[in-house]
Amino acid sequence: MKKPRIMIVDDERSVRSSLREWFMEDGFEVETAEDGLDALKKMDSGPFDLMIVDLKMPRMDGITLQRRLQEVDPGGTVIILTAFAAVDTAVEALKLGAFDYVTKPVDPDELSHTVRRALEQRRLTDENVRLREKVSELSSSSPIIGGSPAMGHVMDLVGSVAETEASVVIRGESGTGKELIARAIHAGSPRRFFPIVAVNCGAIPETLLESELFGHEKGAFTGAHYRRKGKIELANGGTLFLDEIGEIPAKMQVDLLRVLESHRFTRLGGTQEIESDFRLVCATNQNLEALVREGAFREDLYYRINVFSIELPPLRDRLEDIPLLTEHFVEKYARSMGKPSKELTDEAVELLRSYDWPGNVRELENAIERAMVVGKTNRIRSEDLPLRVEQEAVRPRDRSLESLESAHIERVLREESGNVSRAARVLGIDRGTLYNKIKKYGIQSG
Amino acid sequence: MKEDILLAFLNDFRPAWSEDLRRRVGAATGRFVRVDSVEVDLRRFHAPERGQYHATLLLAEMLRHRPADAGQIVGITEVDLFIPVLTFVFGQAQLGGPGAVVSVMRLHADYYGLPADDGLLLDRAVKEVVHELGHGFGLVHCPDYSCVMASSTYVENVDLKGDGFCPDCLDLLANPAEEHETGV
Repeated sequence: MKKPRIMIVDDERSVRSSLREWFMEDGFEVETAEDGLDALKKMDSGPFDLMIVDLKMPRMDGITLQRRLQEVDPGGTVIILTAFAAVDTAVEALKLGAFDYVTKPVDPDELSHTVRRALEQRRLTDENVRLREKVSELSSSSPIIGGSPAMGHVMDLVGSVAETEASVVIRGESGTGKELIARAIHAGSPRRFFPIVAVNCGAIPETLLESELFGHEKGAFTGAHYRRKGKIELANGGTLFLDEIGEIPAKMQVDLLRVLESHRFTRLGGTQEIESDFRLVCATNQNLEALVREGAFREDLYYRINVFSIELPPLRDRLEDIPLLTEHFVEKYARSMGKPSKELTDEAVELLRSYDWPGNVRELENAIERAMVVGKTNRIRSEDLPLRVEQEAVRPRDRSLESLESAHIERVLREESGNVSRAARVLGIDRGTLYNKIKKYGIQSG
Repeated sequence: MKEDILLAFLNDFRPAWSEDLRRRVGAATGRFVRVDSVEVDLRRFHAPERGQYHATLLLAEMLRHRPADAGQIVGITEVDLFIPVLTFVFGQAQLGGPGAVVSVMRLHADYYGLPADDGLLLDRAVKEVVHELGHGFGLVHCPDYSCVMASSTYVENVDLKGDGFCPDCLDLLANPAEEHETGV
């Protein structure tokens, strides 16, 4: 079992040495510091389970140190050591978040009792954070639903890879449930009792992504008022899920590759090397191979992350799953809204089955949620579904190849915000061909 | 070969039970134990503002009295001991070192207003001496409340524990490289 770490901060050498001996006999790993500045410097050696801090010290007193500790390690536990005459100041320290104070000279039993209570509180606080993460992880994840052969194949792959340590890339259009698959892989792995930490690389500006992944020290950049652990560090023991991996900037691809090779890194503005043992799962809706060919994605990183690949089918390729999915979402929103469950009219079911679902399962869920909100009758009717579903549903009589191609191009253009170059890349055709098709089908590309 | 232990009674403090203490400490530690008296000028360690004696400084003095043939020395005194910051200590030792001091002042039943009891005092003295020797052998506090290495911050704690090492601590004494699991 790891020894608890304690730091004693007091300007009196005799107090430091006697408490050092006393706590070492109690099985602690003990560090001492002669004032606040010395303590902050020694905090670079790693976190402490407990700090015992004298109030009156030269250079930096206990109150100032405690304020600084709140910035460096907001969850840190501090016990204040004070002379009887300075109880008012000790009370101020309590208001700043100190666990308790003891007056010098302190009864050994009181000190021992206070230390044990502080460590127990620290343990419970840490456990509470872990459990909250776990509960949020469990409550946020939805079950993977689908009886189609396509989804059966996906779940077989998940079952095969989950227990291994292999890096996985999950591919699929937006809304197909890539994060759910990542969570299923984590839940089936030996790492399931540790967190899965998700980062959407495409949703975070490049300047912030680095600190999001690697963390930063206080003062590493303007606005870095506190030390902050990065997602890589938080994923220690568990799984790091990098969504939209294709969006990761070139410079960070190099840094990420280095971490994947050594599992070691430093926080921004820091010098201490940190180790993190995590399993990597990535997701993308882009063609990574094409990005590699274009030089937009490093080949060495591609091979490092792409040990195992899972392709998620779009909803239009597993329309037979729509009734099951619909039933699940109706039940879900009926429960959360406190309403009775509803069935769909035949017309509404037909409408859902004939729609192209460019937003995939996410779009279906949003459509059902809306229908549960606006629907006035005890059944969901086609007019309760979002207008876009009604307008864009591809009727059975109009399922020609050209019609499907036109709808597909339109959808990709919409997903790429009308950017023809990017849409052409996703479609795997050159820009000229795409312009011709846009003209041919009369698609509004702007 | 295991080294000797010297129980050094300070100045004119030499209770009638000193021979019993020697025998029981020997039984608990499995080592040869000797008893002797040592003259120490305690005034040098006196803190008049507290009316107590500085345990750490006295411990350093005991090391100067350690004979070359003694592996460990434990100074035993009747004066009240303290270390800065704490109100008192029953004793102090160097973790993994050859010296220790023990005060019996707070082990007397009459210190707590109860009738004097030499048998109880001897029991407590044995436990405290063996406990400090355990620190000298490199042991830290033990989570087993009946083990002599259990932490004692008041006298009832001392009464609660036994005067012998628990199986885990005995293992650690036999294999000192292992880490001790603490209950802290």
